[in-house]
Amino acid sequence: MNAWLPVLIPATSLIAALIIFFIKEENRGLRTFVNLTLASLKVLLVAFLVVGVSQNKDYRFTLALFYGFELVLHADALSLLFVGLSALLWLVTTIYAIGYLDVSQEHDKRRFFGFFSLCVSATTSIALAGNLFTFLVFYELLTIATYPLVAHRGGPDAIKAGRVYLLYTLGGGALLLVAIVWLKSIVGAANFATGGMLIPFVVSHQTELTIIFTMLIVGFGVKAALVPLHGWLPVAMVAPAPVSALLHAVAVVNAGAFGIIRIVYDVYGPDVCTQLGVRPWLAAAAAFTIIYGSVRALRQDDFKRRLAYSTVSQLSYIILGTAIIGPLATIGGLVHLFHQGIMKITMFFVAGNLAEELHIKKVSQMNGIGRRMPITMAAFSIAACAMIGIPPMAGFISKWHLGLGAIVAGQEWVVVVLLGSTILNAAYFLPIVYRAWFKEPDVAFDPPPNGRKLEIHPYLLIPPLFTALCVIAAGIFAGMPFSPLEWTKLITLKEYGP
Amino acid sequence: MTHSSILIWPVLLPLFLGTVMFLIRGRSVLLLSLAAAVGTALTSFNVCRIVHQSSTLIHEVGGWGAPLGIVLRADGLTAVMLGLSGLVGLVISVYSLTYFKSNSRKEHLFWPIWLLLWGGLNGLFISGDIFNLYVTLELVSLGAIPLIALAGTRNAIKASLRYLLLALLGSMSYLFGVGLLYMRFGVLDLVMLGNVITPDFTAYVALALMIGGLIIKAALFPMHFWLPPAHSSAPAPVSAALSGLVVTASFYAIARLWFYAFPALELAKLSQLIGLLGCGAILWGGWQAIRQERLKTLVAYSTVSQIGYLFLVFPLCNTAVEGSGIAWSGCILFAVSHAIAKACAFLAAGVFIKVYGHDSISKLRGAGRQLPMVTLAFALAGVSLMGLPPSGGFFGKWMLLKAAFVTGQWGYGVVMVCGGLLAFCYIFRVLEQFMTAPDENAPKVKAPAVMTYSVLLLAVAAVSLGFFTPVLLSVLGVDSPVSLVSFAPEALLP
Amino acid sequence: MSTSLIYALTGIVIAGLGLFHYLSQRNILRKILAGNFIGTGIFLFLVSSAARQVDGPIDPVPHALVLTGIVVAVSATALLLALVCRYHDETGSLTFDEENDE
Repeated sequence: MNAWLPVLIPATSLIAALIIFFIKEENRGLRTFVNLTLASLKVLLVAFLVVGVSQNKDYRFTLALFYGFELVLHADALSLLFVGLSALLWLVTTIYAIGYLDVSQEHDKRRFFGFFSLCVSATTSIALAGNLFTFLVFYELLTIATYPLVAHRGGPDAIKAGRVYLLYTLGGGALLLVAIVWLKSIVGAANFATGGMLIPFVVSHQTELTIIFTMLIVGFGVKAALVPLHGWLPVAMVAPAPVSALLHAVAVVNAGAFGIIRIVYDVYGPDVCTQLGVRPWLAAAAAFTIIYGSVRALRQDDFKRRLAYSTVSQLSYIILGTAIIGPLATIGGLVHLFHQGIMKITMFFVAGNLAEELHIKKVSQMNGIGRRMPITMAAFSIAACAMIGIPPMAGFISKWHLGLGAIVAGQEWVVVVLLGSTILNAAYFLPIVYRAWFKEPDVAFDPPPNGRKLEIHPYLLIPPLFTALCVIAAGIFAGMPFSPLEWTKLITLKEYGP
Repeated sequence: MTHSSILIWPVLLPLFLGTVMFLIRGRSVLLLSLAAAVGTALTSFNVCRIVHQSSTLIHEVGGWGAPLGIVLRADGLTAVMLGLSGLVGLVISVYSLTYFKSNSRKEHLFWPIWLLLWGGLNGLFISGDIFNLYVTLELVSLGAIPLIALAGTRNAIKASLRYLLLALLGSMSYLFGVGLLYMRFGVLDLVMLGNVITPDFTAYVALALMIGGLIIKAALFPMHFWLPPAHSSAPAPVSAALSGLVVTASFYAIARLWFYAFPALELAKLSQLIGLLGCGAILWGGWQAIRQERLKTLVAYSTVSQIGYLFLVFPLCNTAVEGSGIAWSGCILFAVSHAIAKACAFLAAGVFIKVYGHDSISKLRGAGRQLPMVTLAFALAGVSLMGLPPSGGFFGKWMLLKAAFVTGQWGYGVVMVCGGLLAFCYIFRVLEQFMTAPDENAPKVKAPAVMTYSVLLLAVAAVSLGFFTPVLLSVLGVDSPVSLVSFAPEALLP
Repeated sequence: MSTSLIYALTGIVIAGLGLFHYLSQRNILRKILAGNFIGTGIFLFLVSSAARQVDGPIDPVPHALVLTGIVVAVSATALLLALVCRYHDETGSLTFDEENDE
């Protein structure tokens, strides 16, 4: 049983995908049933796993493929952080997507939900991957499975976005392939291990390891949207709202960031990274991305593009956390992986609601929108405040630990970056909040159609509300066991030793 | 002695039933062809299974041993190839049951020749001597070319004529090499030849003639020019057999000679030359594929490109370097994966032709919504051709790449990755059209279920091949010319 | 110079002549004839290798090979000629370099 649990978790989504592909397009009820059942099942399994791992149980599945190549799925504390996030948000987003696709009357629902589940399966496998080889396998799978979702609507801009997305990610994937094969030809087969596995090689292969590290960071940096590799993310926003929400705010981008985390902590190891002298460079890249993304976000009138640039910026908090030496920064970076996910998905749900209900896609059209859609905008306001870092919400926890960690490590400049970014965050989110609540509407908004009491279809209303509550809870209850913060502390404890 | 006779059935059965099929018409054609296909596939799988369980099978036909008799031999490599031809051949046959339904004349001609071709292929795989290789190579050519001409179009006739003229030149060259070797060493048996051969002038000339002749047949760049017109103008199931099996068989013959008959020769320089040609094939074929307007020509150029990867095994599998043996298993895995994926791609193209009446890429927009399953199958085949996980293409490429690193031949690694990127471009050029929303008033279309699902089956096989790598490699390991175990990564650790 | 060597060299010369015409002729019928020349040359070469020792017994294997080779060559030629007929019907030409192709 312990061996099969890590397989079962990705398998639930995979099975969902396979079944959905063979369900007829018109058979909406059955598809919804399959989706929700398996998504709930997955959450249950993850909860079970979380309890198990916190009691130091070992969950490992190994499939020897050929000499020296093993497919390893291993549930450690770090992987569960990502698995938990994706499982929870899969359920939420599935509910949202069911409502969304019905309201907007999209075509090809079968394809949409099939590939959607496939993406989640790939994401959880990435999280559970026990070595670089497995990681790469599912990383590429995620790339491919996302393509039909990005290009889903089939219009010229969707096709173009798909092309841009592929050019970036497959290019990055090719680089990763070379880097990983190269690394393996030096190291041989090796699973992820806390503290890294390269210590015996660092003296003899210093140059090679540095080059490989750079290639790996660039390869993962594409999905983690490190500037200048971020170009695909704003373009990919033509995808339907649930795709932007789950994939481009959480799964795909976090997969990239997660890759960098794995490289730094479990392949190279913090000490080797320090020895090779690569951490300052990584920190500089992350800091630049944070500022650059925020500045670009400031000038976007398209709501989703503004959110996309915000994602670019926020993701680099995670990378920054890995680049700074010391446990506090590690905690800050890791916990932001979770926090960024729930905050940003709330915002994308909101963006989807506005676009679906009122066809509002631009910030400049949002005057007075709070009166027409109060609950939706309340959710947005919560997420925005959290993103800016107003205590006691989720974003504050991440920034606090990052800043403290930087000071402890003697890198005060990071605090300056954080402050600057916070001001910029406020500058591009608060005007939206202000417009929504305090400005008079320019035009009269359409009332809800034929007597519906709620501001929007309930399937579209519950998910943002739920995630907004999560954002608050993650901050307020940060000290409780199993909160994201406590969980990252557990991870960090393992990484740095007691 | 008795149980080794199972070797002859994958050859005898299709040849015999093919001959019978010439004579019959009407309803029974369907039944008999299905029986022949299933029987051939099952006997092939059976050989595969027995080889895996015991070891190399050797059968002396009629009890006459070498040098006078014909010796059939099935080792691990043969078993893999037989399994491949069994799988792909079976699917092609099932697909063809529907494909040729509307045209009874073509159907009547297709089955005997296809069975002849299939039998010839299986014969080639179990040949134990270099002359038998010649005969079966000819049998394959003589089966393949009428099948291309079966399309009946002017382009098809022209392409098949060209192909035959070139193939003839290739076989003459090969036969000349056989003559030289026999004159010098007095043996034809592959294993015996490997034992007695000495590196002298005659041996090198013979090698050059034989490999050169086979390179024409395997369509290695720059001798590839006959392939795209031939493979794209043939009927779809035939294209699938040609790109999937026939080209692979020619490559098989080269690998057989290289690793079994000529190991005593100093081949480093020649292997670099072939490697360069392989690189040329990868890049040129990929580049040309991007520029094609028709789906089948695109897939055909993709074959040119993918063939190039196979030939990289010669420079990469250098027995002097420990760990480079991984190139051998990578190459065979790649060959199998390519054969399945390419057959799938051509069969999918055949469905489009059947449904829309053309295969012009720019007019296939919206196919994704109209024929979702076939599109999915094509996409999955594409995943394998691009070398993305978990397809066999990915693992094959991974192993070849690793060999490039282990032997320090970076250039080949770079070319392989570039070839993969070119494959992304040409596959997604097609997929983009499929993803594009169709016109609102586009007529509803439907593909025959048998064709759809046989294509899908191959697609799933191609993509999930990665998970069957252990089985495939343990079959391949039976009497392998290079050690498959010694390069366990522990050996690489300092 | 032994007799068998003369035969072998003659075979090579014939095959070489055939090859030259095979590559240089544009008319397909001539190409086919040239192809048969190559074949004949190689068969002659093969048969000559049957005399392994000057006065010793004749090796039967090359004869078997040549017989098989002739059968193959005949079938290939027949197929070629049939295809040429079809090609001529379709295009009215006996060369590949006709205009308005495709």
